[in-house]
Amino acid sequence: MTMTTALSLRQLKKTYANGFTALRGIDLDVQKGDFFALLGPNGAGKSTAIGIITSLVNKSSGSVTVFGHDLDTDLTAAKSCLGLVPQEFNFNVFEPVVEIVVNQAGYYGIPRDEAFKRAEEFLKQLGLWEKRREMARNLSGGMKRRLMIARALVHRPPLLILDEPTAGVDIEIRRSMWEFLRRINAAGTTIILTTHYLEEAENLCRNIAIIDAGQIIENTSMKQLLNKLQLETFVLDLRAPVASCPDIPGYTLRCLDETTLEADISRDCSINQLFSVLTAQGVEVLSMRNKTNRLEQLFMHMVDANGHRATVPA
Amino acid sequence: MTFNEKYIALKTIVIREVLRFTRIWIQTVLPPVITTALYFIIFGNLIGSQIGDMGGFRYMDYIVPGLIMMAVITNSYANVVSSFYGSKFQHNIEEMLVSPTPNYLIVSGFVMGGLARGITVGIAVTLISLFFSDLQIHNLWVAGSVVVLTSILFALAGLINGVYAKSFDDISIIPTFVLTPLTYLGGIFYSIDMLPAFWQNASLVNPILYMVNAFRFGILGVSDISLWSSYAIILGFIAALFIFSLYLLNKGHGIRT
Repeated sequence: MTMTTALSLRQLKKTYANGFTALRGIDLDVQKGDFFALLGPNGAGKSTAIGIITSLVNKSSGSVTVFGHDLDTDLTAAKSCLGLVPQEFNFNVFEPVVEIVVNQAGYYGIPRDEAFKRAEEFLKQLGLWEKRREMARNLSGGMKRRLMIARALVHRPPLLILDEPTAGVDIEIRRSMWEFLRRINAAGTTIILTTHYLEEAENLCRNIAIIDAGQIIENTSMKQLLNKLQLETFVLDLRAPVASCPDIPGYTLRCLDETTLEADISRDCSINQLFSVLTAQGVEVLSMRNKTNRLEQLFMHMVDANGHRATVPA
Repeated sequence: MTFNEKYIALKTIVIREVLRFTRIWIQTVLPPVITTALYFIIFGNLIGSQIGDMGGFRYMDYIVPGLIMMAVITNSYANVVSSFYGSKFQHNIEEMLVSPTPNYLIVSGFVMGGLARGITVGIAVTLISLFFSDLQIHNLWVAGSVVVLTSILFALAGLINGVYAKSFDDISIIPTFVLTPLTYLGGIFYSIDMLPAFWQNASLVNPILYMVNAFRFGILGVSDISLWSSYAIILGFIAALFIFSLYLLNKGHGIRT
């Protein structure tokens, strides 16, 4: 662990009272300023790990250090460095929006006047200022998610943990939340993100750990991980119908319909060459897209290889 | 956290708790006031006129301290048990648990919320009693300190109930089957001098008897129990319940996995 380490887990283990072992001794370092993805299938141990880091779950053994503060010996300082956006809504739905944020600031010892100023700042940034006097129960799902982000940020934590922050949120709001998270990360907040939307992790995160059955099975940079993808599948939309599926050596092509082709392209073949051959055969490609998210392909492969079938929502 | 930050955290919990019960005052403050007014009308005015004097006072005047104390006890308890369990049920207790606020401040904050409701209802019931009795306060300091300490004691008891509660049924079992019988048998409506010797002795194990009598001493200047015994019992229970509450929160019983 160095001075630039935001979070350090060492041999973190958790066995629940019913005997289920959720974490089997994980080691993990997240560097200051990072946007870090912690991915894994349901029940892999992500939420348990987050619960331990945020003191909501008691660990069985191991150590957790947040910006150099050990959870066992310097809990107060460690907690002051953390902001949590949990998976489930966990605010009092009978409290007005602004009170939820102001009260959270109070629990960190921030004076009420300052807390109101910060609440205004974050609620405005997240598009909730107009709803500040509404009872939280009257907010939409997307607004509730944003309220939890405002609440987690009100004490300006250097480390923000987001446990599926965009679950159930429509794409427009999700993308605006991505922009907001990018901005606060660029401003210096270290972010740890767990999500089932792998496109989200690929878009936002620079480093990644994949956890499965209570163990870290991959811990690397997003770029290096994506480089491991040996084969990518693209969907090609054609200008005119083709009579039969083109046969091009080195590429596997399938006709999905008369004007749509699916192409498997390995890393040692180039897309340029494929287009050249298709052009020579009189086939004009209008547009091209990945069949599935690249990270999703890798994730499924890695988790399957670890002996557990992943459950990843589309 | 610095001392000032801790003070702000405590104040935040207290403000939150006070806003919680005042926001729903029709459910929290009004019902005990109406119920107590009915007690005054039925037991004090209608039945009390047939009973005559008790302990040298009109029956109506005699039951006023007990009825005020009953309202304080039940409301202090109810406020904390429902608020704490509600926070557990909605998981918003996690807002405090992830923060650096120490557990003793969380306990104190909830207890002060219970105290605020107990005192608010106590004052409202006292004002109502002025319509039915000529209330004179014998010793303001005794009356005030006993009501505050009793409210703290039952707020702590409510917190422990809230920690252990796993369903909404669990937060009404203790008030219904323990608190209400002990309160009614705690000398609100009668002096234990009226009871046979066995029941007089049996009554002495009921802690509420000490609180009601100490408060009655503060208001009327008469008591079945020594004032210092009452203080000792109340303070002893407060210390024990506070330590136990803190132990439960530190252990994370019912709130941490």
